[in-house]
Amino acid sequence: MANDHIDLTVEPGEVHALLGENGAGKSTLMNQLYGLLQPDEGEVLVDGVARTFRSPRDAIAAGIGMVHQHFMLVPVFTVAENIALGAEKARAGFLDRRRARREVLEVSERYGLPVDPDALVENLPVGAQQRVEIVKALTRDVDLLILDEPTAVLTPQETGELLAVMRSLAAGGKSIVFITHKLKEVKEIADRITVIRRGRTVGTASPETPEDELAALMVGRAVNLEVTKAPAEPGREVLKITGLIVDDDRGVRAVDGVDLVVRAGEVLGIAGVQGNGQTELVEAVMGLREPRAGTIQVDNEDLTGMTTKQILRSGVGYVPEDRSLDGVVKEFTVAENLVLDQYDRAPYGNAFRLNPAAVATAARERVEQFDIRTSSPDSAVSTLSGGNQQKVVVARELSRPLRLFVASQPTRGVDVGSIEFIHGRIVHERDVGTAVLVISSELDEVAALADRIAVMYRGRILAIVSPDTPREEIGLLMAGITDPSAAAPAEPVTGEAADGDGAAEKGTK
Amino acid sequence: MTPVSTATVDDLTQTAAPARFWDRQRRLGVGVVVIGLIATAVFGPLAPSQTARFTLSEDAEGAALSINGQLGTILFGLVAVVAGAVLLAGLARRFQTSVLSLGILGFVLSFLCWQVAGKFLPLVDTASGTLELAVPLVLGALAGVLGERSGVVNVAIEGQFLMGAFGAALVGTMATSVWAGLLSAAVGGLLIAALLAVLAIRYLVDQVVVGIVLNLLALGMTGFLYERLMQTDAPSYNQPPRMPEWRIPGLADIPVVGPVLFDTNLLVWLALILVFAIHFGLTRTRWGLRTRAVGEHPTAADTVGIRVRGLRYLNVLLGGLIAGAGGAYFTLVATGSFNKNMTAGAGFIALAALIFGRWTPFGALGAALFFGFAQKLATYLSVAGSSVPSQFLNMLPYLATIIAVAGLVGRVRAPAADGQPYIKS
Repeated sequence: MANDHIDLTVEPGEVHALLGENGAGKSTLMNQLYGLLQPDEGEVLVDGVARTFRSPRDAIAAGIGMVHQHFMLVPVFTVAENIALGAEKARAGFLDRRRARREVLEVSERYGLPVDPDALVENLPVGAQQRVEIVKALTRDVDLLILDEPTAVLTPQETGELLAVMRSLAAGGKSIVFITHKLKEVKEIADRITVIRRGRTVGTASPETPEDELAALMVGRAVNLEVTKAPAEPGREVLKITGLIVDDDRGVRAVDGVDLVVRAGEVLGIAGVQGNGQTELVEAVMGLREPRAGTIQVDNEDLTGMTTKQILRSGVGYVPEDRSLDGVVKEFTVAENLVLDQYDRAPYGNAFRLNPAAVATAARERVEQFDIRTSSPDSAVSTLSGGNQQKVVVARELSRPLRLFVASQPTRGVDVGSIEFIHGRIVHERDVGTAVLVISSELDEVAALADRIAVMYRGRILAIVSPDTPREEIGLLMAGITDPSAAAPAEPVTGEAADGDGAAEKGTK
Repeated sequence: MTPVSTATVDDLTQTAAPARFWDRQRRLGVGVVVIGLIATAVFGPLAPSQTARFTLSEDAEGAALSINGQLGTILFGLVAVVAGAVLLAGLARRFQTSVLSLGILGFVLSFLCWQVAGKFLPLVDTASGTLELAVPLVLGALAGVLGERSGVVNVAIEGQFLMGAFGAALVGTMATSVWAGLLSAAVGGLLIAALLAVLAIRYLVDQVVVGIVLNLLALGMTGFLYERLMQTDAPSYNQPPRMPEWRIPGLADIPVVGPVLFDTNLLVWLALILVFAIHFGLTRTRWGLRTRAVGEHPTAADTVGIRVRGLRYLNVLLGGLIAGAGGAYFTLVATGSFNKNMTAGAGFIALAALIFGRWTPFGALGAALFFGFAQKLATYLSVAGSSVPSQFLNMLPYLATIIAVAGLVGRVRAPAADGQPYIKS
């Protein structure tokens, strides 16, 4: 059960934050409100009238709009086509394109959301795509706008702009439901906060509530938001990347001349908005993608040309960014997943057979060591929560002696309790002298873990800064602006236009 | 934003994606140079130094374009080489397609000069034959366009052809009406389409597997009924009237074009009209925009209130009607009676035309004409007793499709949700 007797009231002109951990049931709740899912019980009242939404069509008719976490835009359509879709202005079935364009420009101007109606959506950066989504909802004359984790893909500056837009929409009388798990944003924008935990409403709060109190409400116990760690004691250079160039699947340059050094006993964090080459960089290090040029050395041994298995065996641990795709085999048991990388080595087995007893013993140990909540080591991994699945991955990778530990998005889709635990293990690994490379699109995470932060933008490392650097400065770097003094009064329109052009150029290659 | 920071962004943009030397244009250039060289250096010496006559009238006499076979072979081969070299040297994007077409045309003409040397090729007959052979391919490919642009893969075109051909023969004979035959052909295609739609859209069965099974079903069923019913009493069940040729006075008297386009049967016009109608529909109408949305990103379409499955049903069923009508070509136009497995893989060539034509109506028309020409030429070669086995030309559609799918001819991109069932989460 994803939602268990939830009550929620949203007033006109209010920004109502729906706060909860990943998997708490926020999106499920909103998908019911938007007609994508049908509730088993309970009712929805709009302006005091009970309504049933069998499909999004009904919800739209009732004045409800939604910006989904994964954008609902057709990549090969233009902005105007995407916005018109489903509510096309037509004369006798023929599209009235001029009117569609005009309407887009009108709404875009009225709400201060610059979008180019003729641009292809696939060529737009995510920030612009999100504006298209919002304009799409607004052209449908909504009274209630649901934003599902809208800031997950934005730079801190873009987030700021979005919050301002939300504020002005609310001032114009629209109601906004803001779904998030980020406490800072909630406190900044919300008029009221409803906290959801495991499918139940556990309380409402005002934005004045302190962060740790909100976090406790969200998780169900007191949590430590800070990562406590001693100052790093960097040793020898372990990972040394020089002049690395990597192309993505489409043959577009994704990593464009990266030089990096990670020392033993330090955490190097890579910050950056998703899609700036982090994925390709990590894949190149792990031998999953062939670089076009450059060298990757671990303790002066060149990794390029080695297979992934050889790289893992040489003492590199790897937490992949997409757990369900690359991290675990969901149908396999916890025990099997824990030895995925060592099934053919003593004591777990050899080239011909497995040693089930050794696998089982090891599994029992790891489950306890890493606090993996499972009914049994023989349960399929798919029965575990996201956080516990991630702990399986982390446990597997950290249970052999490492020289380098690469963790990509180590806590994506993981509950707060598990985040604390995984962060602790990462710091512990650093303290025993392993070189650690952490890649995360959550700036908070990078800032909390890293001893040095490398900011990646369009395939390059723009700067390496200390974690004490003000967030605004790192945010600007994430947007590709290297001179903070010049960009202080950032003008969103020009900045985004330049961004859009850049992406368009990339897209046509 | 100040100039300083803008410059930073621009700098990074320009260096982010450097052009690669072996881009599509250069790869194509190499290919065209190679076929040009083959034409010049292999076909040329083989071609007899006799006159090749391309006649404008039906017989060997009368007006004709004539050229020395060997000279023509070498000359047109060189045209292809030059076109390829131009591509290789690099030129503006907007000229690429024309130069590429020129290169391929040079190769084809070189081949023709070689084959026709000492003989004659009636142009009008070749053109109208090409068009007629292309008709079922166009209709089949259009059925595919409708289905696949909305996200349902249709590999059952062959089965729809067979059912259409069978229905046309049976009902056409029993009602002694060519129109009743055409109508039941469409219904035959619709039946297969309905099965495909229900199994693929409602029961989420793998669409390619369903398609193959439906082809086998159509083959088995029509084969059985042919043996048990039609063969026992052909005059009552398997002698449909032939589709009449309509001659439009005036227009039909235009040289070459007239007899090809305006002295022909209804199916040819139907196919051409449908190409325009579907192209226009897909790009300019509400139905088209929604169809494409459903084929590219069904969840997005659903969230703006479009009935994804309903639209897919509609398109697959419309496609069934069109492919079924295409099947009528085999019995009402080509042969005049049904025969077991008479479509002999034409449905798969239509599928090839769909892919080669990049899922667009006009692309499908172009591909179908190209394939139709290859078939017509194959017939000509075997009649003329050429040294080139006609099987080579029959292979062409598949070869061309493999090249297209391998990405040598532009980016072939299927609709993003093609073949994926839509399941509400």
